[in-house]
Amino acid sequence: MDFQSCVTITKEWDIVGARQLGRDIAKKIGFGTVDQARIATAISELARNIYLYAGTGKICFETMDNLNSKGLRIIAIDNGPGIQDLTQVMTDGFSTSGGLGAGLPGVRRLMDEFDVHSQEGEGTEINVVKWLR
Amino acid sequence: MSTLKLDVNSYRDLLKQYIEYQDEQALYRAEQFSKQAIQHNISPDEIVDVYIQSLLDLYPDLSPSVKHSLNFLLETMISFGMAYQEFQALREKQLELQSEISVAANMQQTLLSTTKPNIPNMDLGAISAPAKQMNGDYYHFVEDEQGSLGIAIADVIGKGVPAALCMSMIKYSMESFPHSRMEPGVILEGMNRVVERNVDPSMFVTMFYGLYDGRNHEFHYSSAGHEPGFYYCAAEDAFYDIEAEGLVLGVDRKVTYHQYVQQVAPGDMVILLTDGVTECRVNDRFIEREEICEVLSQYKHLSAQEMTEQVYRYFERLQDFHLRDDFTMIILRRDV
Repeated sequence: MDFQSCVTITKEWDIVGARQLGRDIAKKIGFGTVDQARIATAISELARNIYLYAGTGKICFETMDNLNSKGLRIIAIDNGPGIQDLTQVMTDGFSTSGGLGAGLPGVRRLMDEFDVHSQEGEGTEINVVKWLR
Repeated sequence: MSTLKLDVNSYRDLLKQYIEYQDEQALYRAEQFSKQAIQHNISPDEIVDVYIQSLLDLYPDLSPSVKHSLNFLLETMISFGMAYQEFQALREKQLELQSEISVAANMQQTLLSTTKPNIPNMDLGAISAPAKQMNGDYYHFVEDEQGSLGIAIADVIGKGVPAALCMSMIKYSMESFPHSRMEPGVILEGMNRVVERNVDPSMFVTMFYGLYDGRNHEFHYSSAGHEPGFYYCAAEDAFYDIEAEGLVLGVDRKVTYHQYVQQVAPGDMVILLTDGVTECRVNDRFIEREEICEVLSQYKHLSAQEMTEQVYRYFERLQDFHLRDDFTMIILRRDV
């Protein structure tokens, strides 16, 4: 594993920066255009959540290079209010974005691995991985 | 994401065929292709991707600006793909819920089942059909030790699962009453306390309880805001409303219910129903109570059970086979 870099999210414009960096890394790893676009969409969702609900946080990228597979890990960290009911947030159709297929269930579908930790009043950490096949 | 890798080669051949000849056959096969893609849960963005790959295979010298524009198209399709996946997941969940509800509906049917007692010189018929899968109506027959027949009919205002849950509670409370002497007023007062204590204030239950005494052919009854039934007088060949005053269950803990009595002569009928019958809607108009009497009259030569079934079929047809509310009807006729 090689620690890459982070983008701080404080304003809406930073979402674009995070997408750009994520896409560049994904391209370097060898992801095709569809996967690049999916990764960028997942980054958008994660970064928007930070921007809308936590105010500030960061998106970090790690290149994964195991013996038999390469991939990209994205970690979204914030010190916001945290998520009260994770089960509800992970339920389809719950997303406050108005049923646009987005939200965390959407991110889970776009990626191969998904993990979320959240503590009320302390913040949220979402960890996702996309593997290159 | 997809269980079947899209066959880029066959798509490319199809595209090539269409670009060359613009024939209907290629378009028909394209339609088959998209149907297959749906069957295999392949999202729209993947189709766009296959298209782009095929185009680049066919035209390697495609201008860079066109290539960029295709990637732009792909990018705009990603969210559609997500929405499509979500839609699929929700559809599966809906099927799951539906089957859960039908299991619950079966359970409810078993729970609420009541046996129609055989009483000498008495013809009894009953039908209850839910508007949705679960029934918010309830009826129950009890024979007491003096050979009298108790008939309960109740309606939870509202329908579907919440009404059905409430109904199950009513049933168990009814069964916990002592079977010695089922005085209608006393029973409704007891049920009123149960509902007041256990049911959400936003939910109302109406109930009618009647007790038919086989020895003197008196029908004693009380009503808790329930839809008035009909009394058919054979001698006059006329229908009368069974009027009874009483507050719906669960509003006021201290309410008492007045008990009425009706003498039943041979050939006379007592018809009890829920508002699913009277509030039957045809073209945005509620049917009149007189219409129900006309329909009842039309079938009065039949047995009580056949009558309930024919009346139900009549209103079912009248409403285009789409009940708006749970429908329950009980008919009791003194034979001799």
